[in-house]
Amino acid sequence: MSESLAIRCRGLVKHYEAVVAVDGLDLEVGRGECFGLLGPNGAGKTSTLEVLEGLIEPTSGEVEVLGLTWSADERTLRERLGITLQETRLPEKLTVLEILRLFRSFYLRGRNVDEVIALVSLEEKRSAWYEKLSGGQKQRLAVACALVGDPELLFLDEPTTGLDPQSRRQLWDVVLGLKAEGKTVLLTTHYMDEAERLCDRVAIVDRGRVIALGTPRELIARLAGHAVVEFAVDGALLDENALGSLPGARALRRSAGGYALTVDRVHVTVPALLAHLEASRAPLERLSTHSATLEDVFVTLTGRQLRD
Amino acid sequence: MSLLELTLTRLRLFFREPSAVFWTFIFPILLTVALGVAFRNRPPEPVSAAVEEGPGAPELAAALRRDSRIRSQVVSHEKARTELRASRAALVVSPGPPVSYTFDPTRPESRLARALVDDALQRAAGRVDPLRVVERRVTEPGSRYVDFLVPGLIGLNIMSSGMWGVAFVIVETRQKKLLKRLIATPMRKGEFLLSFVFLRMLFLALELPVLLGFARIAFEVGVRGSLALLVALSLLGALAFAGLGLLVAARSTNTQTASGLINLVMMPMFLLSGVFFSATNFPEVMQPLIRALPLTALIDALRGIMNEGAGLAAVARPALILALVAIASFALALRAFRWS
Repeated sequence: MSESLAIRCRGLVKHYEAVVAVDGLDLEVGRGECFGLLGPNGAGKTSTLEVLEGLIEPTSGEVEVLGLTWSADERTLRERLGITLQETRLPEKLTVLEILRLFRSFYLRGRNVDEVIALVSLEEKRSAWYEKLSGGQKQRLAVACALVGDPELLFLDEPTTGLDPQSRRQLWDVVLGLKAEGKTVLLTTHYMDEAERLCDRVAIVDRGRVIALGTPRELIARLAGHAVVEFAVDGALLDENALGSLPGARALRRSAGGYALTVDRVHVTVPALLAHLEASRAPLERLSTHSATLEDVFVTLTGRQLRD
Repeated sequence: MSLLELTLTRLRLFFREPSAVFWTFIFPILLTVALGVAFRNRPPEPVSAAVEEGPGAPELAAALRRDSRIRSQVVSHEKARTELRASRAALVVSPGPPVSYTFDPTRPESRLARALVDDALQRAAGRVDPLRVVERRVTEPGSRYVDFLVPGLIGLNIMSSGMWGVAFVIVETRQKKLLKRLIATPMRKGEFLLSFVFLRMLFLALELPVLLGFARIAFEVGVRGSLALLVALSLLGALAFAGLGLLVAARSTNTQTASGLINLVMMPMFLLSGVFFSATNFPEVMQPLIRALPLTALIDALRGIMNEGAGLAAVARPALILALVAIASFALALRAFRWS
């Protein structure tokens, strides 16, 4: 049973003195899956990841990785995993090639270093010192370090945080390439678009627990409706109950000086909304619609923005 | 395989850091040159005497000029007093009769001047010494300041490059979260630590020939005892300080704390262990403590081997101290070491 799972964890709890970082988290990641842990800063994503990576001890809970446990099979697991930490500074005065050779030397089996350099498109920077690389190149090198051991399972902790849009897309291509090779990838992110683009399934994590789990599309359809209508009116007080029960509407919430209405059918709700505002003598200040995203899922679930 | 890569990595990082190369290789040479030149053996400085003007003064001055150990000049009464007060003259000679010497008997230099001046004047006046003596002067290599200094500097270098090269580098690796990244690979922790010890040995193989070779060429400082014993003791010293470095690095999470700790460990030895002057100058009550310091042990052993040709038996005690420090510090450090 568990052999078909890359990761299985039950009732994971991690306390740091008085702080509860992970509070009873359950997770199952299948082999070959690209799975995203999504949540705001401090949600417990990194702590969860580091327990799964065998870098910190959980306070309680069961963890199985590739059907093995850290206490019994640490060395075997280390050979079969690749990880990037949220923040690692590699030695400034080593070249890309030297760093990768060093990491390659730790593994019994692995990939050819030049092949990995090509995989992350760093051929031109092969002989450049680490300190000369851009943020995106450094991050791709970090991923390359995780790949030299030819891992079955990859952990990427916020691989694109702080990168410019172009570097993010380059990194996404690397991850999509790994997916195509059939690797299992577990990544954390607080970018919705990243999770929607890369992940087969996501778990939304808040305050150390999984509060929603599914494919990005499922979660959006289930929790956020298909679209969000955002509008603001000038002054007048609105009847929020009436708005929430407009045809095709799901829920109303206040948002950035106005309201956000999650809806299933934009073409039905918008005319009804306009008619309602007209009748309430509330002059419309602005109105826009967008397709629902994981961001809306998070706001719906917690009432907070992801990137607060 | 990974031990080789780790050691190569350490070597590359060292040689790409100009300041590290400077402090390890260039600085000790500069220090040897500076101190070797400053304290080189010169002919003894002549004493200076002022001869007061007056009848008979030229004759006195002429008698003093014949003695190369005395420098004299004829000056006015007031000027002579000023020279004496300012210590530019150690003694004032006033023509007589009787010839008088004015000097401060609490100044050794003045007492020496009195003896030399009196000797010169008495001989000039016709004194004959009844006892025949000959002088034998000793300035042979092995007893000069530079001979004392070079083993001290080698010891100092082994200490400071060991402490910085191990402690600082490990703490920096930890601070950058690189240590955490490394232990997330199958890297064997023992190999990581061993790479530092290997590096210290490699460095010793460079440091020792450079320093000894330079001291030999520039100052003719030689090794009287066994070269193999010298290398063996240096190696023990390098291990002891690598161990202490590891201990300092065991728990520190940032380089500022580590630098402070490194200095805290090194400073007492820098001052007390007799790098620049003999540790026996310190009070008797401090001697047992000073003798137990690893740097004192190392320097005493190096000095013994280089200057006195000491054999294994003579350096057994310092060798034992170094071995104990190495074993104890490695054991403690490994127990306390924080990997993440």
